Amino acid sequence: MNHNQPVYTDNDPQSELVTLNLGPTHPATHGVFQNVLQLDGERIVSGVSTIGYIHRAFEKIAEHRPFYQITPLTDRLNYCSSPINNMGWHMTVEKLLNITMPKRVDYLRVIIMELARISDHIICNTIIGQDTGATTTFLYLFQFREHIYEIYEEICGARLTTNIGRIGGFERDFNEIAFAKINKFLKEFPAALKEFENLLNRNRIFIDRTAGVACVTPEQALSYSWSGPLLRATGVDYDVRVSEPYSSYGDFDFEVPVGTSGDIYDRYLVRNEEMWQSLRLIQQAMDKLKNEPAGIFHADVPEFYLPAKEEVYNNMEALIYHFKIVMGEIDAPKAEVYHAVEGGNGELGFYLINDGGRTPYRLHFRRPSFINYQMFAHMSEGMLLSDAIINMSSMNIIAGELDA
Amino acid sequence: MDIAFVIEKFVLVAIIFGISLVIAMYSTYAERKVAAFLQDRLGPDRAGPAGMFQPLADGLKMFMKEEIIPSNASKWLFMVGPGLAMLTACIGTAVIPWGSDITIGGRVIPLQVTDINVGLLYIFGVVSLGVYGVMIGGWASNNKYSLLSAIRAASQNISYEIAMGLSIIALLLVTNTLSLREIVEGQHGWRWNVLYQPFGFILFMVCSFAETNRAPFDLPECETELIGGYHTEYSSMKLGFYLFAEYINMFVSSAVMATLYFGGYNYPGMDTMAVWLGPTWAPLFGMAIFFVKIFVFIFFFMWVRWTIPRFRYDQLMNLGWKVLIPLAIANIVVTAVVIGIIEGF
Repeated sequence: MNHNQPVYTDNDPQSELVTLNLGPTHPATHGVFQNVLQLDGERIVSGVSTIGYIHRAFEKIAEHRPFYQITPLTDRLNYCSSPINNMGWHMTVEKLLNITMPKRVDYLRVIIMELARISDHIICNTIIGQDTGATTTFLYLFQFREHIYEIYEEICGARLTTNIGRIGGFERDFNEIAFAKINKFLKEFPAALKEFENLLNRNRIFIDRTAGVACVTPEQALSYSWSGPLLRATGVDYDVRVSEPYSSYGDFDFEVPVGTSGDIYDRYLVRNEEMWQSLRLIQQAMDKLKNEPAGIFHADVPEFYLPAKEEVYNNMEALIYHFKIVMGEIDAPKAEVYHAVEGGNGELGFYLINDGGRTPYRLHFRRPSFINYQMFAHMSEGMLLSDAIINMSSMNIIAGELDA
Repeated sequence: MDIAFVIEKFVLVAIIFGISLVIAMYSTYAERKVAAFLQDRLGPDRAGPAGMFQPLADGLKMFMKEEIIPSNASKWLFMVGPGLAMLTACIGTAVIPWGSDITIGGRVIPLQVTDINVGLLYIFGVVSLGVYGVMIGGWASNNKYSLLSAIRAASQNISYEIAMGLSIIALLLVTNTLSLREIVEGQHGWRWNVLYQPFGFILFMVCSFAETNRAPFDLPECETELIGGYHTEYSSMKLGFYLFAEYINMFVSSAVMATLYFGGYNYPGMDTMAVWLGPTWAPLFGMAIFFVKIFVFIFFFMWVRWTIPRFRYDQLMNLGWKVLIPLAIANIVVTAVVIGIIEGF
């Protein structure tokens, strides 16, 4: 069967199969993408994925923008954890420019990135609950994503598409309220997460629905270049935070949970455990911050770090740098860099080629959703419709990241 | 048949019909409030004090909405579907004894529309018909999701009716009658059937969940797989009828469970209360007790819905055919043997 073209058998009187358009606006897709499935009763015989419904040509747009203007584009990749995307892009440019960050900025970034990871995993795991019919788990834990958004709001003013931080640090220091909110979150979230786990982890119906469904072997996962919680659920202990530590992740003590069978239940457990580990990381970062000199929130690189507006209006140097950065006239070396961060869904990579011009010569996003999703149609063959749908939820396919 | 009898029955029918509609209406409100309570939210609170008028606003909205009939749907069947669902949901209340005989102005009026001697079979018949509304609606919509949902609903209802019927047979061995009135009278005071048939009750309750398409058996309308299920294509009050029918079904199921297993309008110390309250107020008090029991069951339905995930289609079938039916048969055998031993000696 040709896997690239959708097959419609409806007008074929000989066919015993039913063509079902799952998407592009189906409640289960949680985004805009389509699967054309051939159904034999409730069983999927074959499926073809159609993507590209919200393709916005980000990689092409990025070729026409100075570095600092690319951050808002990264917001719209995996919009469930935009700060990780923002930070990943900042770190890529910093790698290109050879900027070493002060430890305090690294720790602040770790806090924000781990909060983003928690919010991403909250969405994925509660959506698995929602798609298996346990709506309460979804709405109950979801309020903590709101608390995370309040923390973002305190730091950068935005909630969903955060555009948080700058190349070279943060635009401003975290204020007292932000720290208070983070501490409050660290205190309240574990109890709610525990309740959430109590409701689902040992729930017989939930286990029946998820355990042993959509099993993936490590070989299959690696051959499809899976990464992130999906890969770890199959038993491969690959985590960018450990294998290629960035943002001082090497200073932290945390564990990388792995599964055994790669089924939906393992993915769910891996994500849950990662939330616990993220909480540990945030707590450690908060403790480490106490030993760092206060008030440092960006590297001392005036030629690359966008100065504050007051500086721009009152200081000639700052005005010059501001003008140069905004016009893309920074002195960036001609080089190719690849930098990857551990996003909510896996290895989120930025491959940047700079030819010394105002804008990147070429920028490629390695979007984990796009890569993980490639197996979906193939996996669905032989599955029941219900299983395919929770399989899709457990892969946490975010349309923005899928299509870029 | 005197004219007073006709008027009396007509009034009773009107009252019961009204009560079931109001309860179904406020069940939607209760469902949202219970869900909100379980999910740490507020629930509807805009329309009136604590959102009390929300069901009225929803009803009004349903009537005002544009009615859309898909051009490739079977128009006539498309309209019959919700009507049938509503009709079968409503007529189930006809045989339920709401209270003992009430005396008003020297006239004895039974608080039951009709006491037919096959009341239980009637209930079963009506409940079985209920699936036709869903099937016809799903089929007539000419939508694949609706069709899948209709198929699920049909096979689910047929499978669980068998287990339900078998769990009732054990109860009939205990009660020796099919008339709901006599079943209730037999549970006078504290002699509730659930004490004799606890296992049968659990089986019956599980099947009731499946028969009313409530979670965890709400496969026909599981929104994340089948969008809206059989009512995907419906809008305006036709959709309202389907949603309403579901709540009336829940109400009737709760009433049947309370009648069969929890003594209906019987309560401990009812004889003393009957003397104390007199022949007019005592039956009404019994009726109030009956409604309290119904509300407890309705709450339980909601509690379950907002707590546990739903089954997969094949797991549902396995549970019905491989677990519930054998258990129900075992329950019959054990009950029969025990009754035989007790009556034999």
